[in-house]
Amino acid sequence: MTTTKSKVVYSPSFTDGAEFHIPTFKLLKQDGSLYKGAKAPDIDKDKALRIYRAMVMTRVLDERMLAAQRQGRLSFYMQCTGEEAAVIGSTAALDDTDMIMAQYREQGSLAYRGYTIDEFMNQLFGNELDYGKGRQMPVHYGSSNLHYMTISSPLATQIPQATGYAYGQKLAGKGECTITYFGEGAASEGDFHAALNMAAVHRVPVIFFCRNNGYAISTPAVEQFAADGVAPRAYGYKMDVIRVDGNDVLAVYEATRLARKMAVEENRPVLVEAMTYRLAAHSSSDDPSGYRSKDEETAWREKDPLLRMQRWMEKHKWWTEDDEKKIQEDLRREVLETMKRAQKRPPPPLESLITDVYDQVPPMLNAQFEKLKAHIRKYPDDYPKSANDPAITAKGGA
Amino acid sequence: MAKMNMLQAINDALDIAMAGNDRVLCFGEDVGIFGGVFRATSNLQQKYGKARCFNTPLVEQGIVGFANGLAAQGSIPVAEIQFADYIFPAFDQIVNESAKFRYRSGSLFDVGGLTIRAPYGGGIAGGLYHSQSPEAYFAHTPGLKIVVPRNPHQAKGLLLASIHDPNPTLFFEPKRLYRASVGEVPEGEYQLPLGEAEVLKEGKDVTVLGWGAQMEVIEKAVEKAEKDGISCEVIDLRTILPWDVETVADSVFKTGRLVVTHEAPLTGGFASEIAATIQERCFLYLESPIARVTGMDTPFPLVLEKEYLPNDLKVYEAIRESIEF
Repeated sequence: MTTTKSKVVYSPSFTDGAEFHIPTFKLLKQDGSLYKGAKAPDIDKDKALRIYRAMVMTRVLDERMLAAQRQGRLSFYMQCTGEEAAVIGSTAALDDTDMIMAQYREQGSLAYRGYTIDEFMNQLFGNELDYGKGRQMPVHYGSSNLHYMTISSPLATQIPQATGYAYGQKLAGKGECTITYFGEGAASEGDFHAALNMAAVHRVPVIFFCRNNGYAISTPAVEQFAADGVAPRAYGYKMDVIRVDGNDVLAVYEATRLARKMAVEENRPVLVEAMTYRLAAHSSSDDPSGYRSKDEETAWREKDPLLRMQRWMEKHKWWTEDDEKKIQEDLRREVLETMKRAQKRPPPPLESLITDVYDQVPPMLNAQFEKLKAHIRKYPDDYPKSANDPAITAKGGA
Repeated sequence: MAKMNMLQAINDALDIAMAGNDRVLCFGEDVGIFGGVFRATSNLQQKYGKARCFNTPLVEQGIVGFANGLAAQGSIPVAEIQFADYIFPAFDQIVNESAKFRYRSGSLFDVGGLTIRAPYGGGIAGGLYHSQSPEAYFAHTPGLKIVVPRNPHQAKGLLLASIHDPNPTLFFEPKRLYRASVGEVPEGEYQLPLGEAEVLKEGKDVTVLGWGAQMEVIEKAVEKAEKDGISCEVIDLRTILPWDVETVADSVFKTGRLVVTHEAPLTGGFASEIAATIQERCFLYLESPIARVTGMDTPFPLVLEKEYLPNDLKVYEAIRESIEF
């Protein structure tokens, strides 16, 4: 049985899909006013302030932590800069209990949901308070309380997982959905195609949110795919899709709000492609000056999503220059103070080397740990991080 | 007790698990109305509905990725990979995701409810893409449990234990035995312990160790050896990861000799790991080198399958050489 309903022709008929044109949805101009005929979504002052605060917090955190990385205080960092409207605008359109399965650049989602600067710092420095127990590189955040799945480095693996997670939500019947974020580069991985196909076939309430930010490390989008972005792929899977100006927080919010409604009310997966730009490097180990021009970056800086939102709020009299000055100063101070605190905290206990591999530590792993402890006891000066660990200093140990 | 073949025992285990908890789901290629290419999931869709037992598109990385997400959400997925040979597109999802979910999140999240079933092994004229035993690839991955049953009774008890275990589990089913192995299987729920080897037969001269379909081979080889007056201790490892070092070492302390057999190729096979660990533990007790009887370091052949496979004669020869060293 085939699902094709196409008409039959008797001479060869190729098509390249050129008849499909995906429009870009925009609401907000860079000066903070709305396009003609555009209608702003229903965002009240409290919500606007919550969104904007998360945007500024993410920006400030990025600036300070990149500087900290350059000073050698932090091993690695990845910025959200330039993509705050795409990430935070979409998260704001969800319920706070919807699951977020992010790629790695979506600290803005956590900021919006209330992850504290302390929590960010504890993970970045991998100290004893890091929920991930110092096992992953910086920016691999996670929070079960905030429904934010712990980040995993392999690219795109979260996408089919989001389909599975959302399928479970559908069976649970609580009207919740999952959003999964990824870049246009990750959309080349097999996991992306597996995820969309399965979600469409099984009618899963999941939102696939592509941050098309122009570059996968150094590879520009034009070398990533020949088609018109990622959005047209949705047709192939029979999935609804919307393309949105990713620097326009109002458009992103509205598109995601409607996508969520389709997902939870009709059990339909939706693809959102947010056209944005990675103003920062891929990571602290990357230098974009080798593969793109300053002029290009400058042109995109003029579309800064934070400025656009700020001006919109000013027009509503929800925000003033003084408010801006204050929030910047407060956040900068808070970030610096918190960083100093987090840096001074001890590392996770030595035992965290062997816990959480299984629900219980298997005998072989315990044996390996005993051997390691005996070795560290013999050469404590060579293991300054662990020499004072209770597992080492405890009397009567092996 | 009822007489069942291994497929019926597996089907029974899935049925019991699904009846006992509506969060248990079975899915994979063709597992729906058709019951899977081997019919391990027969009647489950009819009984529990399309939402809990269903066909997936043909995409192994999707099946396991989906299962990971589902397990993280709190469901109990039992995903079928049609042949163990086709598990490799899902390798990344298993090795980097399933195995590390708990560790990398500091236990904020886990996929402990996940079980992946896959038919493995040769002896069915399946050629190089329907005969492989990939357990060693996964045995290198902390965070997984790997289980291989030898008969219907074991299959049911170990599968139920795998489904209930709070860790992601790979359950490799010896497909040569699906219909060939028939035996008494208790009715209702029972579980056999994971991580414990079983001493099937006590002996004093040599320990012979294997798992899955090789246990039948071992049984025949040991029969031959005992006619020569050699007393063999026979152990079924049952769980490849984490494996039961104590039971194997205790046996080798007693016998002083060890023969390990598996179908997978020699180099980097799991017998290598066992040999290394046991010589470390039992060095002064060993009377002869630890012997490995395995497939060859070639892809699995089609026509010359019998020559390739470690059969009872080859295991018998290894036992004799170990005794006569």
